[in-house]
Amino acid sequence: MNAGWLAVLLALLAVTPLAAQETVVTGISKDNIALTADFNGSEIFIFGAIRREGPAQPDAAPLDIIITIKGPTRGVTVRRKDRRFGVWVNTDAVRVREAPTFYSIATTSPLDSLLTETELLRYQIGMNQAVRRVGGHPTITDTSSFGEAVVRIREKEGLYSVRDGAVSVAEDTLFQARFELPANLTEGIYTAEFFLVRNHEVISSGATDIVVEKTGLERWMFNLSRNEPLTYGILSVLLALAAGWLAAATFRLLKR
Amino acid sequence: MQIYLPIAEVSVDGLLLFGIGSMVGLLSGMFGVGGGFILTPLLFFIGIPPAVAVASAANQIAGSSFSAFLAHMRKKTVDFRMGVVLLAGGFIGSAVGVQIFTILRRNGQFELTVSLLYVVMLGTIGALMLIEGMRALRRRNDPNALLVPRKRHTWAHGLPLKVRFRTSQLYVSAIPPFVIGALVGVLAAVMGVGGGFIMVPAMIYLIGMPTKVVIGTSVFQFLFVTAFTTILHSVQSQTVDALLALILLIGGVIGAQIGVVVGNRLRAEQLRILLALLVLGVCLKLFADLVIKPAELYSLAAS
Repeated sequence: MNAGWLAVLLALLAVTPLAAQETVVTGISKDNIALTADFNGSEIFIFGAIRREGPAQPDAAPLDIIITIKGPTRGVTVRRKDRRFGVWVNTDAVRVREAPTFYSIATTSPLDSLLTETELLRYQIGMNQAVRRVGGHPTITDTSSFGEAVVRIREKEGLYSVRDGAVSVAEDTLFQARFELPANLTEGIYTAEFFLVRNHEVISSGATDIVVEKTGLERWMFNLSRNEPLTYGILSVLLALAAGWLAAATFRLLKR
Repeated sequence: MQIYLPIAEVSVDGLLLFGIGSMVGLLSGMFGVGGGFILTPLLFFIGIPPAVAVASAANQIAGSSFSAFLAHMRKKTVDFRMGVVLLAGGFIGSAVGVQIFTILRRNGQFELTVSLLYVVMLGTIGALMLIEGMRALRRRNDPNALLVPRKRHTWAHGLPLKVRFRTSQLYVSAIPPFVIGALVGVLAAVMGVGGGFIMVPAMIYLIGMPTKVVIGTSVFQFLFVTAFTTILHSVQSQTVDALLALILLIGGVIGAQIGVVVGNRLRAEQLRILLALLVLGVCLKLFADLVIKPAELYSLAAS
């Protein structure tokens, strides 16, 4: 069951043409696009177009497209276990100050061979660029492995992904990609970025914001627990008392 | 059927959760034990974050002890004066427990501490139950063997601050029940258990309270201490998952009803040995998780 999927329509608004002959059209209307996700997670379907100033040159190197979606950035504490007295104990902790809560990269061909290291750095594409500012530590020398752990763990949870070949291009002009958002996503403003690549260089790029909100009872409960914790606590107790009493009373009735 | 738990932030199989709730309910119906001590570790095993499992278990116990409390009140087996002394200790213990919980979590040592506590507790309870069950099996032919005479005077009667507890027909110092209540309060906040396995024997053997009123009075204390703990955890730790508690609760009540019927039909000694083996099994699994090298040495926490 994959409910709550919403197509993100990109209005084809003209973007100021760059020096390049081809530009990626990522124009958006003024309003942000709201994506609502239920507890099954959600899917976003993103598409756009390549805008050409003149006719396509048949002898030109092939075009590639990269689409990234990045969630709100938060700090995270990474802990590492070590064996102490035969038991595995959290011993080292390193704070990573910037790590997106969600980061997915979709491309037309393998990302590794698509861009040079310099271009990846310039446009902040890739996991190494996303998980940043790994805090220093006086005694821990391998702090970078803590940053790698963030990527590894979040990849396993479906929060981070690099999907080579997930962007499909039709007629050399229209492109599209599907992104799956897990149920435990963080609400907030997500950024979708588009990069048009030729000869290992980004020739055009664009970005659009997506407001991601959760829906339903689960979201209401979560927000209440964070904004009105006392009310939430009292409600939790009352709910439990009512449920316990009702269930027992129902059984007493059934027994008669 | 996958259910997304909003505070735990994980999707779990709703039927599995319901099944765990009913199994624990079944045990409590069969043996008259609360079952919190087995519920919380089972939640760890299915991937609920330990901090959420503990706080939500407290919420679940509040619900399940409410109907039990009403039943005991109808039977007039609640010593309210004793209950209030236990409760006063329980509130303080719970407040201290929530602070310990917070400090341990901040330092990343909560999971380890609570696992170690469970290993010790389940190991002790399981071993005692196994020994007791074996012994009971051996002396089954002697119907009087199980009747242990209640000690009227213990060292607890020598302490100051004596209070008359009419329902329990006791004139005893308020200090021991207060301390027992406090200890149970700490356990409720840190481990997500009611604490019956400590409170009931302590009240009978230490204070000499009649067995008839011990359970009702304990349930009275659990009800208010776990309710208080739930609210404290909601405010301070924000790890109470009401949806998780609700599913466990409904499963638990149904399981308990079935458990009473099953318990009456089967042989108590053999069941007791079975429960002991289950408790020891859970203890062993927790211990193994602590000792075997984990597949992922790193873990993340929001900061």
